[in-house]
Amino acid sequence: MKKKKKDISIRNGRVVDPANGIDEVTDLHISAGKVLALGQAPDNFEPHLEIDASGQVVCPGLIDLNVNLREPGNEHKATIASETACAARSGVTTLCCTPDTLPVIDTPAVVGQIRHKARKAGYCRLLPQGALTKNLGGSHLSEMAALKAAGCIAVTNCYTPLANTLVQRRAMEYASTFNLLTIIRPEDQHLCNNGCAHEGKVADRLGLPGIPEAAETVAVARDLALAETTGAVIHFHALSSASAARTMAWAKREGRKVSADVAIHQLHLTELDLEGFDSNRHVRPPLRTDSDRDGLRKAVAENVIQAICSDHQPHEADAKSSPFPDTEPGISGLDTLLPLTLKLVEQEVMDLSSAIARLTCGPADILGLPLGRLTPGYAADICIYDPHRLWHVSAEQIHSAGKNTPFTGWEMPGRVTHTLLKGRLVFREETL
Amino acid sequence: MSLSNKALQLDDEQRLLHFLTIDGLDRSILTEILDTAEGFTGVSERTIKKVPLCRGKVVANLFFENSTRTRTTFELAAKRLSADVLNLNISASATSKGETLLDTLRNLEAMHVDMFIVRHATSGAAHFIAQHADPGVGVINAGDGRHAHPTQAMLDMFTIRRHKGEFVGLRVAIVGDILHSRVARSQILALNTLGVSEVRVVAPQTLLPSDARSLGVHVYHDFDEGIRDVDVIIMLRLQKERMQGALLPSEHEYFSLYGLTERRLAMAKPDAIVMHPGPINRGVEMDSKVADGSKSVILQQVSYGIAIRMAIISMVIGTQNLRTQEVAV
Repeated sequence: MKKKKKDISIRNGRVVDPANGIDEVTDLHISAGKVLALGQAPDNFEPHLEIDASGQVVCPGLIDLNVNLREPGNEHKATIASETACAARSGVTTLCCTPDTLPVIDTPAVVGQIRHKARKAGYCRLLPQGALTKNLGGSHLSEMAALKAAGCIAVTNCYTPLANTLVQRRAMEYASTFNLLTIIRPEDQHLCNNGCAHEGKVADRLGLPGIPEAAETVAVARDLALAETTGAVIHFHALSSASAARTMAWAKREGRKVSADVAIHQLHLTELDLEGFDSNRHVRPPLRTDSDRDGLRKAVAENVIQAICSDHQPHEADAKSSPFPDTEPGISGLDTLLPLTLKLVEQEVMDLSSAIARLTCGPADILGLPLGRLTPGYAADICIYDPHRLWHVSAEQIHSAGKNTPFTGWEMPGRVTHTLLKGRLVFREETL
Repeated sequence: MSLSNKALQLDDEQRLLHFLTIDGLDRSILTEILDTAEGFTGVSERTIKKVPLCRGKVVANLFFENSTRTRTTFELAAKRLSADVLNLNISASATSKGETLLDTLRNLEAMHVDMFIVRHATSGAAHFIAQHADPGVGVINAGDGRHAHPTQAMLDMFTIRRHKGEFVGLRVAIVGDILHSRVARSQILALNTLGVSEVRVVAPQTLLPSDARSLGVHVYHDFDEGIRDVDVIIMLRLQKERMQGALLPSEHEYFSLYGLTERRLAMAKPDAIVMHPGPINRGVEMDSKVADGSKSVILQQVSYGIAIRMAIISMVIGTQNLRTQEVAV
């Protein structure tokens, strides 16, 4: 017999639910794993558990569109168990994991294995991205219908976007046959030319091989044209340039079926942070200029970029212990996703409701899933955080297996105190 | 982890702890290096070509990339300071067995090496080693990727000062593959720090960094214009690989546009000097008549390289000595 889920009331929190235009101090009631009501509880409602959220923010559980879980194949970096637990601590209830595992997520068997492990860990909803081409090799299409049936919510070629435009066109067309979203990390492989930093004044001085802005803008332009030809729905992941953001604004005005996200670190760091060759700042796409960061911030504020993701890439220490260009790119970003987004509110880039939207209903709408909102009847995925609690980033404060953060020493606003997945408490901060 | 160049290279008294890049060093310390080298030029001409400044110290030449000139002059410089020298050509040994740079470093430290002189194909490699080396161990950058080759730049400054006396008022043209050149990056920083009136770079657009002006230079595509009235011409080596990467069409076209000939040299100041970090591709970067001509100071650069490297090794070892003594007290 299945255990009945607890009925819960979350009392006196500031409920921020951007999708429903709600931002008020009230109660939230949960029954049978779903949102039951806001404000007044139904007459006969007797909660098993009451959470006092006075002074705290209650919002939909966060949805992270792009997370590297490293399992299977790279368990020395991180595991499904370690990273989904970290997600729960960070207020994230839905994760989309990338297919660049070993083996690659290009068969239903791998999808099944990953989903099984995530269910066993039990911390969050895991939605795998499938490989766009077999073994991410760029030449043969993956069995997308089978991947979708097994539970993949999108297809992507991940860090190796297709150089062959014809294969890209056909992959997008084939994906659209099954209403599968194609996620693209826009990068022209030839223009990248083994670069590791933004082609500009800092790379010029440090002698780091550059990746020009055009590597991104050329790829965005190409795939927008292909999307128009094929009618496919595409999503650009991890934009890094103001120019690409402007192109997205244009596409939005034209009514194109296209969306975009940005990695949170791109909204805070720039090429200037590469001084001293700190390998924790080695990311792909590279950190670009001040005006790129500002252009991306504007696009996020104006909802031209609908989602902020962590682009979480946990690494073992050795992966970052080499001269900068020889290190593996990526930041362990799950722990800092919410605080760094709240920092944008502090810095008056956007209001709290917009910031929360980019982490909840924004990504849910990109995926076309009924998530990321506190509408009665929807899954009770909830994040409760204390906005007044400040903390400093250090290796001990990072709960991901990957300690590779460039934000060490930064003061962060906001501490997650409770996370609920389908009405079940998956994280509660231990209080002294 | 990401100390500024200044904090990493200098101690509280502004003495050299490591020598990794010209970036962050001021005019007084560059002048101190040049003055110290001046004192060492006599050593090579003595019957006993040695001074005892670094006796009992072990200097490791840690070369992950092939080099003849730089490695040999470093070796001679260290030996003239009476240090014991280890030559390690790592490209052929450890890395091919999968050993990481950090492991190589730890192993050598276990042998109580006092100084690493590092050449590596990756930009930032010398910084990485300096950040991970034990206190008391000095690091000198002998060329890292496209980033820096500061001892080459200093021997070039030494050569210029010997011929021109002062830096103020000089016009210097650097010609060729600026994009891939660690030598050019260090020279530009050194020339501007020492106060020359103009640094020019002369190259086609494909061999220039994306934002060359931000390095503090005037950009010329036409060599005939760029060479006009300059006091110093520095020619850079052109790697043959540049033809493959669609950066240049042919050596022939490159020489016709950017090769230094007697005709072009006549447009510079009458007392101009011609420099090259070596090795020269005769007929690609310059005509043999120029390379062997009266204005060429290319071989002097090599001799001065020993004095400059003696100066830098002795300064770094001196500072690191003080550091270990402080720790001991």
